[in-house]
Amino acid sequence: MTLWIAIAVTAVGCYLLKFAGLAAPRRLLDAPPVRRFALTVPVALLAALVAVQSFTDGGSALVADAARLAGLAAAAAALLLRAPFLVVVLAAAGTTALLRAAGLG
Amino acid sequence: MSNPVFPLSPPVRDALGIGVAVGVSGTAFGTAAVAAGLSVPQACALSLFAFTGASQFALVGVVAGGGNLIAGAVGALLLGARNTLYGLRMADLLGWRGARRAVAAHGVIDETAAASLAQRTPAASRTAFIATFASLFVFWNATTLLGAVATERIGDTSAFGLDTVGPAIFLALLWPRLRESGRIRLVAAGGALIALAAVPFLPPGVPVLLAAAAVLLGPAPDGGTPAGGGAGGAARPGDGPVPPGGDGGGAADGAADRREVRP
Repeated sequence: MTLWIAIAVTAVGCYLLKFAGLAAPRRLLDAPPVRRFALTVPVALLAALVAVQSFTDGGSALVADAARLAGLAAAAAALLLRAPFLVVVLAAAGTTALLRAAGLG
Repeated sequence: MSNPVFPLSPPVRDALGIGVAVGVSGTAFGTAAVAAGLSVPQACALSLFAFTGASQFALVGVVAGGGNLIAGAVGALLLGARNTLYGLRMADLLGWRGARRAVAAHGVIDETAAASLAQRTPAASRTAFIATFASLFVFWNATTLLGAVATERIGDTSAFGLDTVGPAIFLALLWPRLRESGRIRLVAAGGALIALAAVPFLPPGVPVLLAAAAVLLGPAPDGGTPAGGGAGGAARPGDGPVPPGGDGGGAADGAADRREVRP
């Protein structure tokens, strides 16, 4: 039940954030702090998400799962080659799955 | 790779390309959501009503770790705040009010912003927005259902490497931003380090929020005009009349740039 509440809050909040942009006065965009915050925060959060999901067990323990890290390296390689989004994801999951099937990690 | 000047392709074709390519990765979300412990209806509800990938993955990631749901929702909303910025930039281009604006708002996300801001005229922007929104919405939701149902039947998801899907997606979303400037890369490194350092001490979800503090490492300290100094980077003072999407700011441009290189 609480999970449904979190989902509802996320859904409603995300919609309101989108709507606020379309409905707000245009000059808000010209305020440097607003602009800087909105543009830079995602970089910090996305990098944190990559790090946390790569190097933890999902909880409070730091782990280095070789198969998962190899999968992430494959994703980075695919991105360097400008592969489409889906190829990046498949390269990552496929590499991890193969290494696990081979008994690693 | 420099972009050869092809005759401008119809915005609709590009939009459909983005919509299908990115939309199909809803499979990855459905998979990650169910692997994290969400039910199929919960996964689908997020795709239908939140409809912004990074936020959806962020919430699901916290659920996977058995973390604090409040932190999870706040993290999702912080990530969703960039859509506000896209909306600010697109409001004039789309020029819609009332019910039309209320519906359009749901579609203001990375991909639609990239597609519509890359167009040369407002009419083309509107067309690109509608085409991208429609195709992405249909595919994203259909494939979310597909991935969720399939994963529900798999059981052991780690054997399929599905735990790598989340970080790979975040890396893909982050990637175009990393090419912007050294300061942006510094923010990314700072965010990652802050979060990892906090992981052993704070409940899952909170370290990612804390990472937002890395913004302080970012470009151009505010305070009136972001002029002078060595930190100039992304913020160009007084950039006057610019084509839509051409002011050097942010993910939309990066994403558009990245996708234009597709064969």
